[in-house]
Amino acid sequence: MKILIAPAMIGWLALVVTAQAQEAARPDAALVEKYLAATFSKASPEWLARIKPDETLAVCNTYRNNVPAAEAEKIVQLEMAKVVLPKDGKFLGDWKAGFKVANDGRGGQFSDPPGTVSGGNCYACHQLDPAEVSYGTLGPSLKGYGKDRNFSGVDAKAAFIKIFDSQAVLACSNMPRFGANKVLSEQQIKDLVAYLFDPASPVNK
Amino acid sequence: MRVVALAIAVTAVLAALGARADDTGEKEIERYRAMISDPMSNPGFLSVDRGELLWALARGKKAVSLETCDLGESPGKLEGAYARLPRYFADADRVMDVEQRLLWCMQTVQELDTKDVVARRFSKPGIESDMEDLVAYIANKSTGMKIEPQASKPQEREVAAVGEALFYRRAGVNDFSCATCHGDIGKRIRLQQLPDLFHASKAAQETMASWPTYRVSQSALRTLQHRMWDCFRQQRWPEPDYGADSITALIMFLNQQAAGGELAVPSIKR
Repeated sequence: MKILIAPAMIGWLALVVTAQAQEAARPDAALVEKYLAATFSKASPEWLARIKPDETLAVCNTYRNNVPAAEAEKIVQLEMAKVVLPKDGKFLGDWKAGFKVANDGRGGQFSDPPGTVSGGNCYACHQLDPAEVSYGTLGPSLKGYGKDRNFSGVDAKAAFIKIFDSQAVLACSNMPRFGANKVLSEQQIKDLVAYLFDPASPVNK
Repeated sequence: MRVVALAIAVTAVLAALGARADDTGEKEIERYRAMISDPMSNPGFLSVDRGELLWALARGKKAVSLETCDLGESPGKLEGAYARLPRYFADADRVMDVEQRLLWCMQTVQELDTKDVVARRFSKPGIESDMEDLVAYIANKSTGMKIEPQASKPQEREVAAVGEALFYRRAGVNDFSCATCHGDIGKRIRLQQLPDLFHASKAAQETMASWPTYRVSQSALRTLQHRMWDCFRQQRWPEPDYGADSITALIMFLNQQAAGGELAVPSIKR
């Protein structure tokens, strides 16, 4: 264990040092916002509101995601309070519908027709069904996710929370906060959890 | 023991096969790239030719060509101009990328109403883009030269620093910044390899030195303004204005990461 920790620590220290070196050259935040304010002349107020970072993202941006422990703890608390658990206490929906959500990258783009239902686009960043060769690597592989956790109900709930609001688990995670930002509905998230946890799902084959 | 040894041997063979499959795949992609990179078969060079005509075309209230437009080297000098853009222009008191500068020249040198040119900024089937063609022609005059980000003026340093800050600024419904996708080494989205642009790297050089490019999937020559517009779209941010200073800032920052990359443009991509 110690052998593993030592290089990790060195890597972390290097990150901190790099971050500080970069910080020295950083421009005034107001100047950056001035540039942005002159960028989206045709955007509606609703769209303009989207590029204003909320309390959590403002902290992530300040530290370029390398948040100090105390700030990280605050973020996790703040985001956990945003998580709305299903009233019926069930975390697993339909895995077949979950596949569609995982495979769908539509939604949220200025080129989308109004009323487009957003997908989760999970395959853009994660491996899921081992038979699918077209998967991204920005996130960890989720192959065999439920099986590896013995299809545990506690872990299914944790997965629901992670998808609903990734930062309720890990401050400044790169993963979108699908439920908190209203990108996915509760049902869509349940279906994704089923895609991960249903023994019949190809993810677990 | 024998079972373990066998298992190790099988694993080694499978790993070797897997590695070979990856190698073959990458070599095939390399071969495909080499094949389509031939200037004689790259349709991007049609844009270069059209751009050459547009550069010499008398237009606007003054009915003059763009041949006296100063892209930073001196009026009318194109060789090496693109390799050193964006840069600060005292006459406009602004840092400009090639597209902003071209619009400025149209408005001041030619006194051309650029409304129509801006409306056609991105070509579509049946609609040619003067901007794409002009950029292809001008950038081609820097082929073989190295990207030289300009930093001698405080304005240039400010723009680069703003670009860096924007690169890391997360927002939008998915909380994405440029760094979400381009902040690590060797990652991909689906099967698309992502260049790491967060540090000065060969990947950054190869990326920035290959724009403008002919996009096979769009049947069009595309410029960096279009590439950034498309990044904003995929980032789930609002549609940026064409020629916005924030886009120039991002280009300036990315050119810094790509300093020394040898331009070979227009290139051709998927």
